[in-house]
Amino acid sequence: MTIADTTDTRPDQTVIDGSKFDAEEARHARNKRLESVGKWALPAIVVLLTIWGWDHVVKVNNIPHYILPSPGLVAETLYEDWGTLFPSMLVTLKIAMMALLVAVLGGVGLAILFTQSKFAEMAFFPYAVILQVTPIVSVAPLIFIYVDNRTVALLICAWVVAFFPILANTTLGLKSADHNLRDLMTIYRANRWQRLRYLQLPSALPYFLGGLRIAGGLSLIGAVVAEYVAGTGGIGSGLAFRILEAGYRLNIPRMFAALLLIALLGVAIFMATTILNWFLLRKWHESALKRES
Amino acid sequence: MSLPPRQIRPLGDRPRILQMQDLDKTFNGNVTALHRMNLTVNEGDLISLLGPSGCGKSTALRLIAGLMRPTSGRILWEGGQGADDLGVVFQEPTLMPWATVTQNVWLPFRLRGKSLSSVRSQIEQALALVGLEKFGDSYPRELSGGMKMRVSIARALVTNPRLILMDEPFAALDEITRQKLNNDLLSLKAATGCTIIFVTHSVFESVFLSDRILVMAPRPGRVVKEITVDEPYPRGLAFRTSATYGDIARETSEALMSAMGDAVEEHA
Repeated sequence: MTIADTTDTRPDQTVIDGSKFDAEEARHARNKRLESVGKWALPAIVVLLTIWGWDHVVKVNNIPHYILPSPGLVAETLYEDWGTLFPSMLVTLKIAMMALLVAVLGGVGLAILFTQSKFAEMAFFPYAVILQVTPIVSVAPLIFIYVDNRTVALLICAWVVAFFPILANTTLGLKSADHNLRDLMTIYRANRWQRLRYLQLPSALPYFLGGLRIAGGLSLIGAVVAEYVAGTGGIGSGLAFRILEAGYRLNIPRMFAALLLIALLGVAIFMATTILNWFLLRKWHESALKRES
Repeated sequence: MSLPPRQIRPLGDRPRILQMQDLDKTFNGNVTALHRMNLTVNEGDLISLLGPSGCGKSTALRLIAGLMRPTSGRILWEGGQGADDLGVVFQEPTLMPWATVTQNVWLPFRLRGKSLSSVRSQIEQALALVGLEKFGDSYPRELSGGMKMRVSIARALVTNPRLILMDEPFAALDEITRQKLNNDLLSLKAATGCTIIFVTHSVFESVFLSDRILVMAPRPGRVVKEITVDEPYPRGLAFRTSATYGDIARETSEALMSAMGDAVEEHA
């Protein structure tokens, strides 16, 4: 029905026209399609433009490769030095992942201890905070003096950086179980272990995974920083060592190539933790649910 | 153990389950949450604790549940209290969001170390009693508020406890869902013969459901009147619209009003 069909011709009459809603629906659907394409296409375009711009700047200004190598040269170096860089990447990845594993075991273990015993929490939590707030760069030299085994020393450094978010988040999660469910456990006379297993640990899972996402990135940072501190004196072979080494030799393209690998490693770790998060929470947790708007 | 229908005997001929004797609960040494409460719960009873907030009805429930200790007075379980004697339904459904409906109902058994397969038939029976036999594999978030409450009731029922405590279970639901659940609760009681203490602040709900209503008043929390609703089950629309229902609702409301009036005068 439109205005023309009615006898009442007040100019301010509001007409709700069905066809307009169809148009709105169509626009909504189009936006949604655009969004799903844009989610991938836009970042890709930005990356391509950045690389093109970088290349352009280098060419136009004739910048020498020992100041800023062109993206093409970086790619070439990455390909040519793959034999040295890839094993180095595996070394760094190994340290980061081992540190993350120990951080998970230590963080979750301490969190459980803290929730089981208030006294343990009072006694040890300050140490956890001190460990966290002291910059690793300043502690690492001491660790390298006291610990003979280089790998172990690297591991300790990376662990110190990575474990706190897991500890803090898991402790919070274990304590935030629904109070009615806690009462229910009391009424059914659940013991400490059952309470932990059936109520506290599942309640803490989303918090723990949040901590894991942060700790994943931090373990890589910890591993790289530790390698820097360890320097080139030892038998180092991680990516940070390659960057230092390349820096001394003014091999800037290789520095860029190694940097690129570290960044990719970080992204890969982040994606892995995100996927794990989704996989474990997709069935029940608000954060992982898709909502129809 | 399964869910055999217990025969509900007429009022006055029911074996005793539990006695509350001169129960007192004081918080921080000066706030009296519950003052000298006496109550005898018999098998098959559906007792409502009715009153405004602060009248001690939830405190009474928490004392029975063993979540608090009384300041003085005693709770006596006939033949001692076993671990499976209680089922509880809270105001919120209180389900584990990470577990399916079946796993949620399994919880009381699981805490006794019973495997899912060994108690599956009881779980299915309990779910059938609340009309959710097809939703065993759903997660709580996929269910409506009323359905979640039904799962909660199934969990309280599944061990066939001697006494089920319900703390304003339908207060957060809309009126239509609430009436439906009231009706279903009565059919469920007829089917299982379970004993229920039901906390509510709705006069009409308490009259429709219970065979005994304890009207409670605040400051200090206490029982001011006990009203017997001697109307046979099953109760339905006919009872809801009958003169008897109206009379008892009026009597209950008046008891509540006069108790509240006392409270206001005391503080005037």
